[in-house]
Amino acid sequence: MTDIKPFAMIAEFEDVGAIVKAAESVRDEGYLHWDVHSPMPIHGINVPMGLRPTILPWITLVHGIVGLLVGLLLVWWINAKTVTGVPTPFQGYEYLVSGKPLFSLPANIPILFELTVLFAAIGTLLGMLGLNKLPMLHNPLFQSDRFRRVTADRFFIVIEADDPKFEVDETQNFLNSLGASAVEVVTDD
Amino acid sequence: MAIDASQAIAAGERVTQENDPRERVPLVLGDNDFTTVTDRVTEITLRKTPKAWYIAFSISLALLSLLVVTLIYLLTTGVGVWGNNNTVSWGFPIINFVFWVGIGHAGTLISAILFLLRQNWRTGINRFAEAMTIFAVICAGLFPAIHVGRIWLVMWLAPIPTTQAVWPQARSPLLWDLFAIGTYATVSLLFWYMGMIPDLATLRDRAKGRFAQMVYGFFALGWTGSNRHWLRFERAYLLLAALATPLVLSVHSVVSFDFATSLIPGWHTTIFPPYFVAGAVFGGFAMVLTLAIPCRQWFGLKDLITPRHIENMAKIMLGTGLIVAYAYSVEFFTAWYSGHHYEQFVFMNRPLGPYWWAFFVMVFCNIVAPQFLWIRSVRQNVWLVFIVAIFVNVGMWFERFVIVVTSLSRDYLPSSWAAFVPTWTDLGMLLGSFGLFFTLFLLFCRFLPMVAMAEVKTVMPQAHTDVHKRSDYQPDPDTPREQRKGHWWT
Repeated sequence: MTDIKPFAMIAEFEDVGAIVKAAESVRDEGYLHWDVHSPMPIHGINVPMGLRPTILPWITLVHGIVGLLVGLLLVWWINAKTVTGVPTPFQGYEYLVSGKPLFSLPANIPILFELTVLFAAIGTLLGMLGLNKLPMLHNPLFQSDRFRRVTADRFFIVIEADDPKFEVDETQNFLNSLGASAVEVVTDD
Repeated sequence: MAIDASQAIAAGERVTQENDPRERVPLVLGDNDFTTVTDRVTEITLRKTPKAWYIAFSISLALLSLLVVTLIYLLTTGVGVWGNNNTVSWGFPIINFVFWVGIGHAGTLISAILFLLRQNWRTGINRFAEAMTIFAVICAGLFPAIHVGRIWLVMWLAPIPTTQAVWPQARSPLLWDLFAIGTYATVSLLFWYMGMIPDLATLRDRAKGRFAQMVYGFFALGWTGSNRHWLRFERAYLLLAALATPLVLSVHSVVSFDFATSLIPGWHTTIFPPYFVAGAVFGGFAMVLTLAIPCRQWFGLKDLITPRHIENMAKIMLGTGLIVAYAYSVEFFTAWYSGHHYEQFVFMNRPLGPYWWAFFVMVFCNIVAPQFLWIRSVRQNVWLVFIVAIFVNVGMWFERFVIVVTSLSRDYLPSSWAAFVPTWTDLGMLLGSFGLFFTLFLLFCRFLPMVAMAEVKTVMPQAHTDVHKRSDYQPDPDTPREQRKGHWWT
């Protein structure tokens, strides 16, 4: 393992309490490029990990507003506006029904609402995946057989090799001292 | 012999409901931990296909082929193969459409509204309730599409650029419907898929075969359970729940606008949106129970889908059933109080006219049958709840039959009154749509995680640390912030 550059060092823990304590120690030790992996979200881990709130809600809001504006433009164009010179398939059509106004907001609210929700929902999913840099089908962590249990019943601290404080022996001793049930180096080959 | 809570604490035992009635019933029963929950759920998917599944699947497939045959007959012959006529122009297709789209609502209610209301018991049932939503919406979407008559021109429903230079009318509930159903189907699918990503990763990590690993791995998108990811994942889940909640209420409201904005007596009423939404949740929970009760039995999920889940759903069914009963009576009252001759006639015609039998089936199934759920011992007997749920399924279909057929068959002009008699194609399509629904549902049970494992794990006692209770816990702004890779955003 010494001649291949390590990607990360992983430490396995068996329960939530142990991993939360260990995360605090890793933070206090001054590591920067590290993460906690678990089968389910650990509520409250953002404090020991020092995680900031995500900007995802703003992404949702912006997409919702865009959806609303797209909807407004759509219903106005297809029912209330004709501009000479526009090619026929894209030309608007002034729907005059019983002398009522060509455009009125209340009758168009359902479509505006649905498009707001549609755009916001798609933006939320794609925003979440984008911020998480997913899909990422190749990940060196998958080389470890031990790491497979992270989606079932084990908890891992992963310290990446590009962390400024990362030293194979030192980091290994440190992780062992936290009470990890196993510590392993993962390589990217 | 129950001991009280202080004795239990003094003896160093856990406080349970046995010794302290204030303690909540655990959401996961039995001697389960993260390992056994994972095993229990993934085993259903990863084991060899059981014989019973093949039997059930063949029956569903037979019903589905009935749908395919009737569809081919319809498309090659024309809509005259239905019982619809000039007077009753909305027959089975619209009845089935409203029936199926209503069923979908319970899934979204469980996954979104109960999530916002912090009803943690939902974690055991939300996955397959959401799956049910999607399959029900697929069944629903089929019917308006074939009801347009010329299905090869179905894209004209949508505002797409064409050389005819005429667009759909955006002030019509029929276009609202298109957007409502389209958005609902898309958002339900996104919500369902997103919630499933961590569980697909579990299947990827547990699958033995290379092909299964690759397929689950592809759809798991490389999920590693990172808590940076979980943080955004949970935020996205909350946001989608917040978006899906008004959405689901809007969908059946918009469906009811199809009726309410017309001038047909019995349809033109402002009570329709809330009445339809309550009915949808009522009928949807009946379908969730119809699926959940056999599934927990057959797939060994009794510890995850507990009698408490069944009882809670029975209570929701009773509650929404009472709203439906109230709506029925208010309709009659409004007809009487309106002094509107035609409205009064329609409501007298329902119990006393030619379709009296459909009306009384509806009343018996939707109003009388759920009243048994007041009795605790009935709610706690899953098979009695199952029987009530079957009645409600039938009753909710008949509700839509009564609304559509009685109002149309006898409206303003007696000379144009006509009866509606369904043909074998109508009945074949109704049965066939159940084939489509159960085929999709059985494929889901076979290949996808039926229970949201990651979510169930968060409500187990093992997931709770005492981190908040520790004396050195300081959630203050001076807590060191991560300084990773220099983004200002995260």
